[in-house]
Amino acid sequence: MSRSPERLDAFPTHRIAGFGVRAGRPLPFGASRVPGGVNFSVYSAGATGMTLVLYRRDEVEPLAELDFPPEFVVGAVYSMTVFGIDAETVEYGYRADGPFEPERGHRFDRGQVLLDPYATLVHGRDSWGGQRRPLRSGVALDDFDWEEDRQLRIPSEDLVIYEAHVRGFTRHSSSGVDQPGTFAGLVEKIPYLKSLGVNAVELMPVFEFDELDNERHDPRSGAPLHNYWGYSTIGFFAPKAGLAATGRLGMQADEFKNMVKQLHRAGIEVILDVVFNHTAEGNELGPTLSFRGLDNSVYYMLTPDGYYYNFSGTGNTLNCNHPIVRGFVLDCLRHWASQFHVDGFRFDLAAILVRAPNGAPIPNPPLLESLAADPVLRDCKLIAEAWDAGGLYQVGTFPNYHRFSEWNGKFRDTVRRFVKGDAGLAGELATRLLGSPDLYRDRAPTASVNFITAHDGFTLRDLVSYNEKHNDANGEGGRDGDNDNNSWNCGVEGDTEDKRVLALRDRQIRNLLLLLLTSHGIPMLVAGDEFGRTQHGNNNAYCQDNELSWVDWSLAETNAGLLRFTKAAIAFRRAHPALRRPWHLRGHQGDGLFPEISWHGERAWTPDWSPGQRLLAALLYCHNEIGHDCVYLAANAHWDSRELELPALPDGMRWHLFADTARVCGQDVHQPGEEPPLADDHVRVEPRSTVVLVARNTEE
Amino acid sequence: MSFTTKVHTDDGVVTIRLTGELDSRSAPSLNEIIVEATESTVRRLVLLAEDLTYMSSAGLRCLVFAHQKLGRGVDIVLVGATPEVAETIRLTGFDRSLVMQGATER
Repeated sequence: MSRSPERLDAFPTHRIAGFGVRAGRPLPFGASRVPGGVNFSVYSAGATGMTLVLYRRDEVEPLAELDFPPEFVVGAVYSMTVFGIDAETVEYGYRADGPFEPERGHRFDRGQVLLDPYATLVHGRDSWGGQRRPLRSGVALDDFDWEEDRQLRIPSEDLVIYEAHVRGFTRHSSSGVDQPGTFAGLVEKIPYLKSLGVNAVELMPVFEFDELDNERHDPRSGAPLHNYWGYSTIGFFAPKAGLAATGRLGMQADEFKNMVKQLHRAGIEVILDVVFNHTAEGNELGPTLSFRGLDNSVYYMLTPDGYYYNFSGTGNTLNCNHPIVRGFVLDCLRHWASQFHVDGFRFDLAAILVRAPNGAPIPNPPLLESLAADPVLRDCKLIAEAWDAGGLYQVGTFPNYHRFSEWNGKFRDTVRRFVKGDAGLAGELATRLLGSPDLYRDRAPTASVNFITAHDGFTLRDLVSYNEKHNDANGEGGRDGDNDNNSWNCGVEGDTEDKRVLALRDRQIRNLLLLLLTSHGIPMLVAGDEFGRTQHGNNNAYCQDNELSWVDWSLAETNAGLLRFTKAAIAFRRAHPALRRPWHLRGHQGDGLFPEISWHGERAWTPDWSPGQRLLAALLYCHNEIGHDCVYLAANAHWDSRELELPALPDGMRWHLFADTARVCGQDVHQPGEEPPLADDHVRVEPRSTVVLVARNTEE
Repeated sequence: MSFTTKVHTDDGVVTIRLTGELDSRSAPSLNEIIVEATESTVRRLVLLAEDLTYMSSAGLRCLVFAHQKLGRGVDIVLVGATPEVAETIRLTGFDRSLVMQGATER
């Protein structure tokens, strides 16, 4: 191999503040490495001037301040190539000149050095909870070797999502990992995730945020509380350094990429919880970090007199359908899909993405249309949390362009209420079981992300242990967190030694898990629910960076039976196509044994839909090249047992028992393929119990 | 402390002994040596790191650069990295690009 002399097509034309520079390339936005230096590009519609501020890594005082000359400005874009600086060690920021006229939406402040909205690294919070240094932008390099890795593209109907907080997942001393609380720590738990059977992790916020921006204190200890969840982004293109074991070396992007690559090798997709409804800058009293100082009236929804609309409940609202912000969001997601091989996104408070700059909902929001049709994002799962803190609730009506799935809050509420024994819900439960065709008729069942619990609200264990939230430790006098939990403590609030109460709780958890994992749509579990994680009744643990919310892995042994049950239920789902239908039901298909769905009761083929009923019995069926797949589900939320006649099977087939939540631990579930046959064509469903059967050939 | 290198080539095996601090200031010189080395056929690149007192992320990126230059068919062996450097290489997935060995007998 011989070296040819490098052709100089970019050379310094100016000297500014001691550096050789030339007019830069406006695209791509942000800082990118180019031969001999770094190209910087930033836009501001309202600024009258811009200065690039360069720092040496870890130094407080600037290395140099470079004003952009007028000939370096194209439209509203300021770009400059700076030669002779090293992308690996330079940190930077911008000063934007412009008017401070809040009533007209402008809040320029030349005194602030601003983060680049496109910064691929953010320095200043290099280790979790560590020293607070000024926030600086940095340049991530693109030399990671992905080998053959690409997005997994698992069909949506086959997904089982596992929601986790990167830090909380392995921070607890019981986690047994070398790098607790980090992306690398999560990698160490991949064998566990594989054994559990989930095939997607949905990570709570991983974009750079400031965990120290919470001003509240623990009312008992007086200790400061962290913004642990991180729904408060400061750097949308930058993985959070404090979640990386190598963050202090500035290698968080590499560690994140390695995590994605290792998860992909294990057949597990990576979905990111992304927060585009607001930023960490808060309202007019909040800090000026980036957007406010660059183009306040562009990035935020403002009232006519220049204050912040607050549809997010956190002070400001990102102006997502403004053409410039739309481009920013699109660029950001493309970055994560292409640079980090991320498989999908869950949009926090996504109803805000439906609002126009004046806050009014619009039927065809251009941002969502752009995301849905974007070629880079084509293989990404898009999931909306289809409501916001401004009262817009769009479950079933979210503008989806046949691309967005939704967190189905109605699934959560219906299943919770049915299982705790509310009357009159069997009919609605039937609809939820089938992927909520009432909400998603024109779409696939996979439009419905089904869940019982999520990071917001009670854990599964707490859902059956508490009637009321217990949020005192959050330092808000118990005012925070949802009051409408549809929970039931099974007779005693919180901890108890009462064996009957504990047994009932165990059964209720299994009932909830079985309904979740046999329903059409995409099921989502929360990390730790598979072995009974508790937050002791706290249903809003956003600031609890401690043992209250960290996953306690010792519970995997304490509650080994529940873990075994969950694993079996996931494996059962994956073994049965009748539970993973990619389309809504079409009725009897002529050549099969049964209709795709049929409803039953104490007598087969005779469901009782009367309001006092608390029983749902369904036969789910599909026929494919492998054969007949028949799954019978009976959920009895009544306090009396029921004797159910089963639908007759053809000669040579019998009903076999997969799960019965009333049975003692150890006999409550069987491995898929090893289910024992029933004695006859009846099954007894005990009080507050769920039974799942599978039809198999007798000779099997 | 300065950074020095000593290069030895024998039948396609290039051995580079690294001494001192490999950081962002010294990394370009190592990259230069790697480029020079790749001008002849290389079967194997051995980096002796026992005498390195410090290696920053920029130093780690030299290894990635070597991997890119030489391609996947060529072994890159890092000998005697400190536990901290070895751990960082592992956590960031760069261990896929090279073979790590303990210190040599001298």
